Amino acid sequence: MISYYIKLAALSIKRNPVLSTLMMMAIAVGIGAFMTMLTVHHMMSSNPIWWRNDVLYNVGVDTWNPNEPYYEDRPELPPEQLTYRDAKALQASDIPTYKSYMFKTAGVIQPENEEVAPFIEIGRMAFNDFFAMFDVPFQYGGAWGDSADTRDEFVVVLSQETNDKVFGGENSVGKRITIDNREFTVTGVLKEWRPTPKFYDLNNGAFGPTEAFYMPAQLYETVQAQRVGNTNCWKPEDLDSFEAFNNSECTWIQYWVQLDTKDQRERYADFLHAYLQEQAQLGRSARPDQYLMATPEEWLEINEVVGDDNRVLVGLSALFLIVCLLNTVGLLLAKFLGRAGDISVRRALGASKLDIFRQQLVECGFIGLIGGVIGIGLSGFGLLAVKKMYQFDGSVMMDGEMIAVAFLTAIIASIAAGLWPAWQICRVPPAGYLKTQ
Amino acid sequence: MLNMQNISKVYRTDLVQTHALRDFNLSVKEGEFVAVTGPSGSGKTTFLNIAGMLESFESGTYLLDGEDVSGLGDDARSKIRNEKLGFIFQGFNLIPDLNLWDNVDVPLRYRGFKADERARRITEALEMVGLGSRAKHVPAQLSGGQQQRVAIARALAGSPRIILADEPTGNLDSLMARQVLELLENINEKGTTIIMVTHDPELARRAHRNVHVMDGQVTDFTEFEQAVKSREHVAHK
Repeated sequence: MISYYIKLAALSIKRNPVLSTLMMMAIAVGIGAFMTMLTVHHMMSSNPIWWRNDVLYNVGVDTWNPNEPYYEDRPELPPEQLTYRDAKALQASDIPTYKSYMFKTAGVIQPENEEVAPFIEIGRMAFNDFFAMFDVPFQYGGAWGDSADTRDEFVVVLSQETNDKVFGGENSVGKRITIDNREFTVTGVLKEWRPTPKFYDLNNGAFGPTEAFYMPAQLYETVQAQRVGNTNCWKPEDLDSFEAFNNSECTWIQYWVQLDTKDQRERYADFLHAYLQEQAQLGRSARPDQYLMATPEEWLEINEVVGDDNRVLVGLSALFLIVCLLNTVGLLLAKFLGRAGDISVRRALGASKLDIFRQQLVECGFIGLIGGVIGIGLSGFGLLAVKKMYQFDGSVMMDGEMIAVAFLTAIIASIAAGLWPAWQICRVPPAGYLKTQ
Repeated sequence: MLNMQNISKVYRTDLVQTHALRDFNLSVKEGEFVAVTGPSGSGKTTFLNIAGMLESFESGTYLLDGEDVSGLGDDARSKIRNEKLGFIFQGFNLIPDLNLWDNVDVPLRYRGFKADERARRITEALEMVGLGSRAKHVPAQLSGGQQQRVAIARALAGSPRIILADEPTGNLDSLMARQVLELLENINEKGTTIIMVTHDPELARRAHRNVHVMDGQVTDFTEFEQAVKSREHVAHK
């Protein structure tokens, strides 16, 4: 009978196009607004490396101002970044399976092709464990070798976009590229990789672009690379020279480790505790109990990637959807009552109240389905607007899960809106309408 | 076949109570062609609606095919309407969006017949009323007489035991009215019981039996015949 009801629903929409279109648009506008906000929330709150959530840890140690915690409202947390000397000290531990400190840098890329003008790009300095730890996908080649993490080797991994720009998308592994007047050898080219939020560096734009190139952190001192991320300092210090800054208490480095076993995690916690104790003994402002090992999910939560304003917007858009549905209830009632004659004929010919109720609800679901399709289109426009508002990088669009949620919400919401009108119409006494038809 | 004993039906509003039927008694045998006549507001249509289980009643007993249908729920009443009864209305009551095929298909859908069985019954019913070639037309493309024939085909398609016809020729000119009546007579000859409400004494006369309803009660048949004769007498003068 469902196919029969769907056929009747299509005929009904054709018979009453204005009213039907109004209902579809009411649902579409409600779904469009709701799904726009829900998609933004979904995207912001999603963990882009969920499959490694149990083994990856962002590491923090508290060597911040002894008189003032880094977070006023959460004094138990260390700063979100490390000083250079802490990062180097932690990198010496052999407990983690993978480990890497990392930070943003910038460089002028000079393509060999003279037709392409030099351009400045944001890059990242890290250890080769960065790629293995975060499952970074490669199109060509791979990460640089271990030796480049311990001695100066001018090697680089390019993003897909940079490779497209400089090498026309060809396999550039082994080719040379000039960055800040130094020649680097390409060891790998990434596939498109755009974790959203950019979990490994939330302090420098959680929804910003991924880097154009990656080079060994080992080269930082040799090339005196630029630092372009957020830097936080608390102590009046001499920061004039490159060396002075590196020895300062300013925090500007992100640090991630992979700890596969419980034993590793326990030993690493002990290691952090011991390290902070040692630093305190050396006279630094170090709190031995204030270290952090946060999974990606915890790290997103700590950094409040999903703000309260976003949650409020989701709530408001849900209210707006309800208002649209209330309008739809009225329109559905008008539509159904307009068909009381046909319904009475069906009742006389053997349709039970339940048959009529089902028929009306299938029509509601059908209207909801079409409204959902239009609503998804409207969400596309909404997301474009949000992209500009939030300055998201890359594409902001509904994934398969959100599209399924949109359809389901549209159908369930329209069926819910149709319950009362459908109940009213199936209770209409048929006899009165049969005579007056 | 159909037996009503002491049926009473009252319509109530906040201010008024109207007794549409009072102690209404009627028995119809299988295969009969009964005409129910009476002035407007006498209760003919109320009787037909109760007979078709489209309305409930306050008191009395209604046996249909030997079964007491007075206290049945909506599902059971719908099932009986679908399986045992066929309706023909003065205003045809075809569904305008559906073509003739789909209109005749309506009761069969609720009966749960499979597609091939439905197709066979629809074809036979439309052929019987002479509209087999116009199955894909919509009601608006037909004359009033043709629409009523479609309504008859729809009533027949489910092989009902009784056809309840409410002024089936009321909206037709005399030629079409005669054709429809002949069709009903043919159907009756094949064994289907027909109960027809009509204002028209000429049509009523062609039925096996006439039942006159006045003020919600069945009056004596003789009175009715005398009334007809007297009207004919006045007309001849």
